[in-house]
Amino acid sequence: MSRTLSAPVTVAFDYTRSTGPVLGRFLTGLRDGVLVAGRTSAGEVVVPPLEYDPVTHQQTTDFVEVAPVGTVTSWTWVPEPVAAQPFDRPFAFALVTLDGATKPMFHAVDVASPSEISTGMRVQVRWADERVGHINDIACFEPVAELDEVESGAGGPGRARPQPRDEAATEQSRPEPVTGVITPVSLDYVYAASPEESTFYRGLDEGRILGQRCPTCDKVYVPPRSACPSDGTPTEGEIELSGLGTITTFCIVNVPFLGQKITPPYVSAYVLLDGADIALLHLILGVPADEVRMGMRVKAVWKPREEWAYSLENIDHFAPTGDPDADYDTYKRHL
Amino acid sequence: MGKQPAAVVGIGQTHHRAKREDLSMAGLCREAIDRALLDANMTLDDIDAIVVGKAPDLFEGVMMPELFLAESLGAAGKPLLRVHTAGSVGGSTAIVAASLVQSGVHKRVLTVAYEKQSESNAMWALSVPLPFNMPVHAGAGGYFAPHVRSYIRRSGAPTHVGAIVAAKDRNNALKNPYAHLHNEGTTVESVLASTMLWDPIRYDETCPSSDGACALVIVDEDTAAASPNPAWIHGQAMRSEATSAAERDQVNPQASRDAAAYLWKQAGITNPFEEIDAAEIYVPFSWFEPMWLESLGFAAEGDGWKLSESGETAMTGRLPVNCSGGVLSSNPIGASGMLRFGEAALQVRGAAGEHQIDGARKALGHAYGGGSQFFSMWVVGADKPTS
Repeated sequence: MSRTLSAPVTVAFDYTRSTGPVLGRFLTGLRDGVLVAGRTSAGEVVVPPLEYDPVTHQQTTDFVEVAPVGTVTSWTWVPEPVAAQPFDRPFAFALVTLDGATKPMFHAVDVASPSEISTGMRVQVRWADERVGHINDIACFEPVAELDEVESGAGGPGRARPQPRDEAATEQSRPEPVTGVITPVSLDYVYAASPEESTFYRGLDEGRILGQRCPTCDKVYVPPRSACPSDGTPTEGEIELSGLGTITTFCIVNVPFLGQKITPPYVSAYVLLDGADIALLHLILGVPADEVRMGMRVKAVWKPREEWAYSLENIDHFAPTGDPDADYDTYKRHL
Repeated sequence: MGKQPAAVVGIGQTHHRAKREDLSMAGLCREAIDRALLDANMTLDDIDAIVVGKAPDLFEGVMMPELFLAESLGAAGKPLLRVHTAGSVGGSTAIVAASLVQSGVHKRVLTVAYEKQSESNAMWALSVPLPFNMPVHAGAGGYFAPHVRSYIRRSGAPTHVGAIVAAKDRNNALKNPYAHLHNEGTTVESVLASTMLWDPIRYDETCPSSDGACALVIVDEDTAAASPNPAWIHGQAMRSEATSAAERDQVNPQASRDAAAYLWKQAGITNPFEEIDAAEIYVPFSWFEPMWLESLGFAAEGDGWKLSESGETAMTGRLPVNCSGGVLSSNPIGASGMLRFGEAALQVRGAAGEHQIDGARKALGHAYGGGSQFFSMWVVGADKPTS
């Protein structure tokens, strides 16, 4: 058995970005099938445009359209793509200097092997089927067929010409400029509990609440700690606590929010277990929320054994014992 | 060589709103920066170094935003530093910037702090459930509400004091054109009648969620000579502590008391209540006004609420607190601390407009962050410090 417990945790959110006028102009261009670059004070033509000029520090206002065809100036091979990359098969990331631009932009190139890409190679935009005003409106770059280059010149090879969004709509009601993009972010972590915490969670799986004492300051921590927050010493020993305790302070959560696991209203309380020197944050049930008091004596109410896991959630909630309230002096130093 | 004098000669802030969809993060920073530089009669070319601060990356989902912001902040070819201390970051960022001048490393430092809360959801970001644990966390309000209850119990404060503070700050905000909330007609009664969110904290006793930025230009003594009204830094302090030590005092944290004691000592202040003319204190939930008044030494322990209740912290009182409307009226989290520092400087420069306290000579700027874990504060004065 591993010394420590671990479990997956995913942190995911769809962030909503305001683009501002400069990047908005670029993204509006992508949606409409054109590549908009910005000209800097030094005469460089940069795509995507810089929001502010690095020399004059002024906002970019000089925009030029550049060709959807360009030259690879450097590249790298991606043999094992990961989630959210442009392809689920091997591909190249490349710096491509578009015709009309002086600085390269970064994007994917769809080729089957590294032998099919080289610096100096001519590539063209492959547009996404649906364009919304996002960098992924450029699905990728792809090699320019020699025939295309000869027949139509650098300005407008066949495949790089996007399909019009919707002819009628384009004529009659030009869509509004792009001002925002949605950026989904999802991070997968392995959350690892410390050895001391792992002992605590394993204890919960056996219906026990295990604390440890800091040998330096003598305080009993629940859960135990790899480093006492006061002096850095690992907590030691095994102190089994009864599951009886006192509510020190609490709040009644009435507000719903994204990701919430418990339906409000609920009482979130600090429960100072008898024998511990630090309170645990937990849920109070078995009493109307407005009757919960500081000093109220409570006991752990466990879930049915078959639902137990390595979790503090094995204790479903704390409920009043019905005993007289604890004396203020017994918990005031925990407020 | 001792510490060199430093002064704030430029202050800029955005018009704070729930959603500044007209601006990118870079644009938001630049709105504040351009106003600060204009105020300082400088351009980015005059600046030696830039110090940026913002709240935790998860709040906006951008790792290391200073990388993509560098050119927009005018940092090409200059040192660019980022400071990160949760909600206190705006304050600690200003202190780091000031330190670069006081140490003699740079003469003219630009500092900016920002937050674009509309791009994310801070409540979600602060409440991500972790494996093995009990998912009872409920954002910043859920974290601080039990400690507010502890304060009420410890001090014996009447339960309407929080509403008094909220009504005061919301009415002060009406005098501040940059404030996010301009809620006309807020009264103690209307605050008390608002929805209880995290009992004992009501809706109108909580800060809004704002987009905004603040920027300061901090300069050395020679450069400050060109300013008609520099705000001299008389003292500054930062302290931290562990969030979860046994028997930690979360109402009046040790780090807060230690920072305040060091601050007053540097500034030569022995009686803060008498000597400070205006205070901008980080009050995201109304009850933190009396709590911090005690911790900062403006009142004895247990007596802070008496200053709030009796009107001493109103603009007409002896210790006006948060004349700008404070965090309760504008809360771009990463910028909120710098706004406190900047508003304090505006007061001693006589440049606070309608929310100016006449004749303010010394002012406090204050911020805290994390689970009352990080503290940063400064005293600015109209006069050059004598030592």
